[in-house]
Parts: sequence; C-alpha cells; structure tokens
Amino acid sequence: MTPLEYAGYTMTSGDLIPLLPLLAVTASSVWVMMAIGVKRNYPFILGSTVAGLLIAALLAMDLLSGSAPDPMPLLTMDAYAQFFTVLICALAIGVSLVGHNYWAEFDDQREEFLLLLLLATLGAVVLAGANHFASLLLGLETLSMSLYGMLAYPVQSRRAANNHALESAVKYLILSAVSTAMILFGVALIYAETGSLSFAGLEGLPAGPGIGFSVVALLLISAGVAFKLSLFPFHIWTPDVYEGAPAPATAYLATIGKIAVFIVLLRVVVETRTLGIAPVVIVFSLLALLSIIAGNLLALLQDNVKRILAYSSIAHMGYLLIAIIAAFYAEGPISVEAVSFYLFAYVVMTLGAFSIVSLLSSDALERDSIADYQGLFWRRPWLAAAFTAMLLSLAGIPLTAGFIGKFYLVLAGVESGLWLLLAALIVGSGIGLYYYLRIVYRMLLPEPADAPELRQGSAAFSVVLVLFALIVLFGVYPASLMSLMQGIAL
Amino acid sequence: MILTLLVALLFVGGLLAWFSERINPDWPRWVALAVLTAELLLMLSLLGADPGNDGWLATYNHAWLPRFGISLQFAADGFSLLLLLLTAFLGIVAVGSAWSEITERAGFFYFNLLWTLAGVVGIFTALDLFLFFFFWEVMLIPMYFIIAIWGHENKFYAAKKFFIFTQVSGLIMLVSIVVLAWFHYLQFGFFSFAYQDLLNVGMNRSMEMWVMLGFFIGFATKLPSVPFHNWLPDAHSQAPSAGSIILAGVLLKTGAYGLVRFAVPLFPTAAAEFAPVAMTLAAVSILYCAKVAFAQADFKRLIAYTSVSHMGFVTLGVYAWNELALQGAVMTMLAHGLSSAALFMLAGALQHRIHTRNMLEMGGFWGRVPRMSAVALFFSIAALGMPGLGNFIGEFLALLGAFQANQVLTIISAFGLIFASVYSLWVIQKVFHGKYSDSAFDGSHLLDLDNREMAYYAAMMAGLVWMGVYPQSFLDLSAPALQTLLDGQAGNIVLGASQP
Repeated sequence: MTPLEYAGYTMTSGDLIPLLPLLAVTASSVWVMMAIGVKRNYPFILGSTVAGLLIAALLAMDLLSGSAPDPMPLLTMDAYAQFFTVLICALAIGVSLVGHNYWAEFDDQREEFLLLLLLATLGAVVLAGANHFASLLLGLETLSMSLYGMLAYPVQSRRAANNHALESAVKYLILSAVSTAMILFGVALIYAETGSLSFAGLEGLPAGPGIGFSVVALLLISAGVAFKLSLFPFHIWTPDVYEGAPAPATAYLATIGKIAVFIVLLRVVVETRTLGIAPVVIVFSLLALLSIIAGNLLALLQDNVKRILAYSSIAHMGYLLIAIIAAFYAEGPISVEAVSFYLFAYVVMTLGAFSIVSLLSSDALERDSIADYQGLFWRRPWLAAAFTAMLLSLAGIPLTAGFIGKFYLVLAGVESGLWLLLAALIVGSGIGLYYYLRIVYRMLLPEPADAPELRQGSAAFSVVLVLFALIVLFGVYPASLMSLMQGIAL
Repeated sequence: MILTLLVALLFVGGLLAWFSERINPDWPRWVALAVLTAELLLMLSLLGADPGNDGWLATYNHAWLPRFGISLQFAADGFSLLLLLLTAFLGIVAVGSAWSEITERAGFFYFNLLWTLAGVVGIFTALDLFLFFFFWEVMLIPMYFIIAIWGHENKFYAAKKFFIFTQVSGLIMLVSIVVLAWFHYLQFGFFSFAYQDLLNVGMNRSMEMWVMLGFFIGFATKLPSVPFHNWLPDAHSQAPSAGSIILAGVLLKTGAYGLVRFAVPLFPTAAAEFAPVAMTLAAVSILYCAKVAFAQADFKRLIAYTSVSHMGFVTLGVYAWNELALQGAVMTMLAHGLSSAALFMLAGALQHRIHTRNMLEMGGFWGRVPRMSAVALFFSIAALGMPGLGNFIGEFLALLGAFQANQVLTIISAFGLIFASVYSLWVIQKVFHGKYSDSAFDGSHLLDLDNREMAYYAAMMAGLVWMGVYPQSFLDLSAPALQTLLDGQAGNIVLGASQP
C-alpha cells in the first residue's frame, strides 16, 4: 500500500486509529444506504443506525483518555474532538429514537431520515476535528446538505401536520448557502494573504499595518458563522425554520447543527488568539449583546413552543459568545471549559425540550402551541417534571446543569472583565424567565375538559428520562464533568 | 453532621410527602408535620452544644466541586440557630394553617413547602458562598409553585414577579460572589468560595464598593427594602396563607441574615461607607411603607406593607453595626417572624371563611368571632411595638443602637412606631368593631377559631411574650456570634476536614 501524502505529511496506518469514530460513522451510513437498497426493514435500519453511532461513540470515548495524537493536516482528533464526537453521536442516537416515535404512523418511507441523520452526523464529527478550512467547509456542507433533506422530509406526505416543511428547508437552504459563500470569500481572502488554509496559518494575518485586510476577511467569516449560529442580526431564519420543520429535525438542527459550528469557532479562537484584534472583538461583543437582548425580547411575543425555543436559542448563543470573547482576552483555561460545559448543558436541555415536543407530536399533528401543554403536570407528571427541569435549566436555575453552565459563563466573564456583557446576561436571564415560566405555568393549570388523548412513546420517553437524569445529576454533582472539561481543554 | 441531616431530612421528607399521597391523601400533611417536628427537636438538641473555641455549635465540611474550591460547608452559631428554630417552628405553623385549607394536590403542596424550608435551612447554615447561593435559588422554585398553584385570583402575575425579582437580584449577587472568588484566586493562587477564605480578600476601594452593592441588592430585594420591595405585596397577598407565613416569617429573614453574615463582614470598609445610604433606605422603608399600608383595603396587602416597614428596623440595626443594634435587628427578625406569620394566618383564616380580603366590606366581627378578634388584637398590638412583647424589644434595641451611629435617621425612623399604631388600630377598628353586615360576602361560614387553630396562635403568643418579658434568653444565644462578627474575627474559624 502506497502511503498517502499531503502537504509534506505522510499518513501511516497508525493515523487511522484516532479516526476510527469518524470511520465508524462513515461505514454505518454506507451500510444503512445499502441495507435500504436491499430491503426496507425499518426496525433493522433503526437498529443499524443506533448501533453504528453507539460504536462510534464508544470508540471515541476510549480514545478520549489515550495520549493525544499528532495533528494531521486536515483533522486534529485530540481529546477535545473526541469528547465532542461522543456528545454528537449520543445526541444523534437520541434524535433517531425520538424520531422513531414521531414517524410511527408516517405514510411515506421512514428509512431515509435515518440515513440523512447519519450523514449529517458525519459532517458534525468532521467539524469537531477540523483544523483546516477545507475540512471545515467539507464538514459544514455535509451537515447542511443533510439537514435540508431532514427539514423537508415530510414534503411528500399527504397527512403532513403543516405544509411549512418545504418552506422551512428552502429558507435554511438559501441562507445557509449565502453564509457558506461568505465564509468561502473570507477564506479566499485569507489564502490570498497567507497562502495557507490551515487554522494555524491564520497567525500569519497582519495584525499591525494592513490590518484592514484581516478585518474584512475575518468579518466575512464571522458573518457566515453568525448565520449558522443564528446570532442577531443574522437570526431571521431561525423561528420559521424551527417551527416549520418536523420536530426531530428541529431537535437535530437546534443541538448538533449549532454546537458543531461552535466547536470549530472555539478551536479557531483558542488556537489563534492573535485574532483578538479590536474590530473583531467589538463585532463579537455586539453580536453577543444584541443576540441576548433581541432573542429574549422576541421570545416574549411567541405562543408557539418551538418558536420560543428558537428565540431562546438565539439568546443562548449570545451567552456562549461571552465565553468566546473571554477566550480572546484570557490565557487561562476557564473560558474554554466554560464553553464546553455550557455547550454540553445546552444540548442536553435543548434536546430534552424538543424530545418532549416530538413525543407529543406526530408527522400528522405538531403539538407545539403553548395551549397544548395545559394541564400536562396532572396528566403526565414525569413528562411535565422533565420539561420543567429543561426549561428551568435553560433559565439557569440551580439543581440543573444549566445553572452550572451559567456559573461558568459568569466566571469566564469576570475573568476577562466583560462587565457590559455580564449585565446583558443578567437582564437577558430575567426576561428569559418570563417566557420559560409561562410554559411551566401552562402545565400547572388544570387540564382542559376537551383535551385530546396524549401520545405515548416509550423510545422518546426513555430519551427524555435519560436527559432529565443528566440535567439533574450534573446540576447537583458536576465535579466529574468539570474535571473532564478540564482534561479536554485546548 | 447534624446540619446536613437538617437539610437532607427536609429534601427527603418532601419527596416522601409527595409520594405518600398515593397511599392515602391524608398522609402528606402528617409526613410534613412529623418531618418538621423532627427538625425542631434536632435543632433544640443543638442548644446544649458546646460552642468550642471557634464559636460554632456545629460544623460540617466535605468537598463538593474541588475544581473551584467549593465544598459542602455548613456551620451554625447562636445567631443561625435562633433563625433555624424560627424556621422549623413557623414550618409547623404553616402546616397547621394548610391543614384543612389545602385539599387539592396536597402531596405536591407539602413537597414544595418542605423544599422551600430546605432551601431556607441551607441558607442559614451554608458557609460556602457557592453553596449559599445554591440554596438561595433552590428555594425559589417551590415557592413559585406554592404561589402559582394554590394562590388566589392573580396568582400567576404574583408568582412570576416574585421569581423574576429574586432571580435577577440573585444573579447580580452571583456575579459579586464570583468576582470575590476571582480576587481570592488572584491574591492567593487558588479558587475558594469558603467564607473564612473570602473574608481575607483585599480589594481596592471602588471594586469593594461595587461587589458589596451586588450583595446588597441581592439581600435588599429579599428583605425587602425600598426600592426593591415591589414584588412583596403581590406575592404575599396572592399566596395561600401557608405560603404567606413562610414568605413573611422566614424568607424575608434570609435577606436580613445575608446582610449580617455576608454583606457587612465581607466588605467592612465599603459597608461603613455605604451605611448612611442603607440607613436612609431603611428610614424610607419604615415610613413610606407604613404610609402605604394605611392606604390598603386588602387585608393581606396591608400586612405585607407593614412587613416592609418592620424590616426597615432590621436594616437600620444592621448598618448601625454595634452590638445593641444588631441584637435589636435579630430580635426584630424573630418577633416579626412570629407576629407577621400570625397575622397572615389570621387573614388567611378570614379569607377561607368569607372569601374576601377587602376590609371595606368587613366590620363588627367581634360579636361574631370573639376568639379570632382577640387573637387579632393581640398580634396587632404586638406588631405596633407594645412593651412586654417581642417586637418592642427588637425595635427599641435597634433604635437605641442606631442612635449611636446616626441620630437624625434614627429620630426619623422612630416615627414609624407611631405610624404602626395608626394602621394597626385602624385594622382592628375597621374589621372587628362597628356594625356587622354580610351584604358584601357570604357570612354563613364565619365561624370562630377552633381549638386546633387556637393552639397555634397560643404557641406564637407565648413566644412573643417570652421575647418581651425575658429577652435575655435569646440575647445570650446570639451575643457571642454577633460579637465575633463585630470584632471582624469571623475569619478566625477553623473548619478542617469533616467533623462529626
């Protein structure tokens, strides 16, 4: 076998070991695609998907504790990447189980949803390890392309809950394409200046004279990233896409779709701290500030749970940016830990909230209006308790992981003296409570007399219970997770 | 060890109460009563504890989040113990007032009640600031549920307002705590949230003031003091009477406790500089809220505003920061805990019987319900500061101590006592004297207090008389703890690894 060579780097068979999780996801997508071609056996396909993702997650978990491998030209599969690979695969398993419940009576083929899910996961895992603009774009596009399909999945169905799935997918497609184009343009400018496409090459950007060039390039990339993360003022697509898409697809977009981009962003920021030039920091601070305020204020006006969660996700991305900005300033590891912990808490609580929406919904009927949740506390106490925990965690109340996450953000902000952003965090949390409590209160009201039968779903319910347990466990005893975050810090 | 038991018992007891409902709908209240009685006995057993040479009656320390030097550190001195006793006692009173009033979803109610008290007990014993903040926020959620589920006509608005006010001010305090811990990290090279470590942190003048203000806002919102008092009248008037008892009797005291234990000792210089402002706010609270109370037609709202007014004496005493004033503040906390809880219980009992809190519709009740009227008269007189009852001792000592610190503000504040007489006697006159007419409400259920209810009031009366006639037994208990705080020696405590 002739060794693979790229940019002066010779790949050996030993290099394949850190890539095993990635290969496992790739192999399972090929396997699932072929299996669908042979026979459409939904339980078997679901089993294969979950098994493939589980193997990938276990492999990554095993590699997590091993010695750090040498970075390859396109990918760095260090502990940081492996941890997020575990997280992404676990989330994908959750979404596929939740989808199992949602698509139970679907009048069209169900199998391809899982295939798209696997492919999207592949893109996300690539992003977790990307250290080069080529792998960044490959991962980003694999993720986005699959998401278009997932968002528009029920488009052929005659009993579809709403006919906004296509609208949702097209909106996401167009804006995502525009943002990718912006990133590409920025990357091209960087390449023109430095002659390198790796993240490490960003160090070569002029920070003194000729700074204008760097600023334009970095701002183009930032704008593209802000689109993907739905930061204000690039957030307009978010509520419509969240609302129109089938709930499991929304869950996927809201969790993996968001954190995959954030993982790369954090890696870029940490590896090239010289990028912390004033214009970039100011733009990031503005994005954070406006996202927190606008996201929370706009969520106040909504009556749809998915839209509320969409706007609240805008605010949460703003909170996370605080830690990113802190990483520009501070050499200490706290901001990296803060981002990692908050990302973890964020995806667990967001997936939990969307799992509950999915559990009660089906492709024929989306139960996403606040009124649908009236009296849930007395009809399905565990489900309502879990939903309350998710919402309180999003609001950052103790006993939940969201509180520890918020504590980390405050710590990161204090470390770097970002007083204005911390003030925004406090104001935003105060506003946020209002709409989270609205949902909680609805669940506490007596159930309406003509309430329709609620759906049952054991697969989705077990996902909800696991996430509920995680939220409370890491809210009360986060020490183990904290030391893990310390270990994976870049 | 006993302190962790106190907290854990309430958490576990809450779950037990909730699940016991499935077996028998009568069980939750019995479980709650049993748990709280056990709490009270455990606390009483601390009375005989030997304070040792570090002044703490009981301590417990166990690592929790070593990454940031956060530990499960509990400790109680005489000051905490007095408030703990108040908490358990009023918890039992609250169960008594809910006994026949809460019939729907009783299991969940007692769960929330016990978890609120668990948070409060945690606050009074936690010595790690992260742990303290944790409990500070933990008690909000169950209290929110108590108001939002079992409250009166405007409950959602009130519950939300309570939650948002306390949560936002809490976050401001969290930032302050983190800044303090960060300065500790910068100066000593390691993270710690422990009280005795943070007492040693030095900061420049403006920073100390800002951080102190963060704590002050957090505590003054809970206390509450003007201008952060806005949530209180709504929360108190909409909560069920058990909720009002806990709110007025215990939750408000957590703010005062925080001021004494943390806000002043951690920032002695800034607190001294800030004292005139805080004392002015206290004087404004006393007079303004007494005036507003007089304008209320809603029985519970009136008591709520008088609470703000009385708590003003506590702020006044705390920021005078001498032994007399602090003793006065502590006595006021205890006496007000009993008198306001009794008055809220009474207002709840009235509302339960005639389904209105509007005093304009009431009158002449003395003829119909003589026992209730006599009880109301007793506690109104206690609240207005009649010598011989606990409130008098508290407010008198607070004023006496404050006079040494700031004469003008003390003289102004003293007028609060006159205002208190006006609104207290006005309530008695309006509701219990005059001509009885039930044209505005259904008077058929206006029955007098039964023996079980009388027993609760009698216990609270006995407490107030005891405080009024022989306050020394309370003063002796809190004196060493307050003296340590005054000397700035609170940092000289030795809390090693876990102690039995």
